[in-house]
Amino acid sequence: MKLLINTIMLASCIGTAWTVGAVAAGAVKIPASSIPAENLVQPASLAATLQANSGPRPIILHVGFRKLFDEAHIVAAEYVGEADESEGLAALRERVAKLPKDSAILIYCGCCPWNKCPNMGAAFSALQALGFTNVKALYIAKDFGTDWVDKGYPVSTGG
Amino acid sequence: MPPLRRALGVASLCACLSMPMAAARETGEPAGRLNSIAPDFTRIDMSGRPLRLDQFRGRVVLLNFWATWCGPCIEEIPVFSRWQRRYGEARLQVIGVSMDDEEAAVKRFLAKHDVPYPVLMGDAKLGKSFGGVYGLPQSFLIDAHGRIVFRNVGDLNLEALRLQIEGVIKIH
Repeated sequence: MKLLINTIMLASCIGTAWTVGAVAAGAVKIPASSIPAENLVQPASLAATLQANSGPRPIILHVGFRKLFDEAHIVAAEYVGEADESEGLAALRERVAKLPKDSAILIYCGCCPWNKCPNMGAAFSALQALGFTNVKALYIAKDFGTDWVDKGYPVSTGG
Repeated sequence: MPPLRRALGVASLCACLSMPMAAARETGEPAGRLNSIAPDFTRIDMSGRPLRLDQFRGRVVLLNFWATWCGPCIEEIPVFSRWQRRYGEARLQVIGVSMDDEEAAVKRFLAKHDVPYPVLMGDAKLGKSFGGVYGLPQSFLIDAHGRIVFRNVGDLNLEALRLQIEGVIKIH
């Protein structure tokens, strides 16, 4: 029995390590749909938070593509990079390295329709693997233009 | 031709040529929006040739913003390639604008795929001039007068667009 339990635990550890390693290498595509519903934030809700000018704001990290970020991004968002790529994941880890694990972090991309975004699932998984407990993902159903800019929510431009 | 008829002919031609611009002004749409005149731009394409959008006046242009990392974009490219081959003689011109951050990724893609239309690197400035390309794929259908007659962001109904292209080609 003990041998069985040890075997299961060992297999579990190997599996977790493989997943973390593979995600780090950008080898595994993690769909945005893998992010639990309770971790999703709707654009209207975030916009209301930003426009309220009171209360705590999350650290907003853009985990998508530079050119799209340069065109327009959420006010106060910081560019991190493509979480689908190892460089982007490394930049994400570096950005959060000194943050307390309970920091309120909100990630977003908006490059593509939600179910086809290559970055959100990877970024969320990486932050979870690092032990962050208060990570939210902005649910952009179609794209950043349609679900944020066109609705008149606050944006900044440039890098 | 009698002088009066000639004068009337010239006047009608001038009126026709100025219609798209007038239509764009009347709609009050910002540049890059539906019914506005597509903003001109010049870029060097991936084969090293200069490409200016306005050089395609008189042809119907399908301007497709895409990227190698964008799954839906990659699915569209074989279809656009087929259209370029099928409708090229009927004055359709597809132009691909890559929004990849790295040109090398686009070169690798083009080396592996037969894309029979010009592809160039886009940037934030070009995206903004088309009213903002904040998500991909994104396509603009531009008629022979340079007017944007169709715009789509995200997954595309390719059959509907094909029918629209056929319609625009027939009109012009």
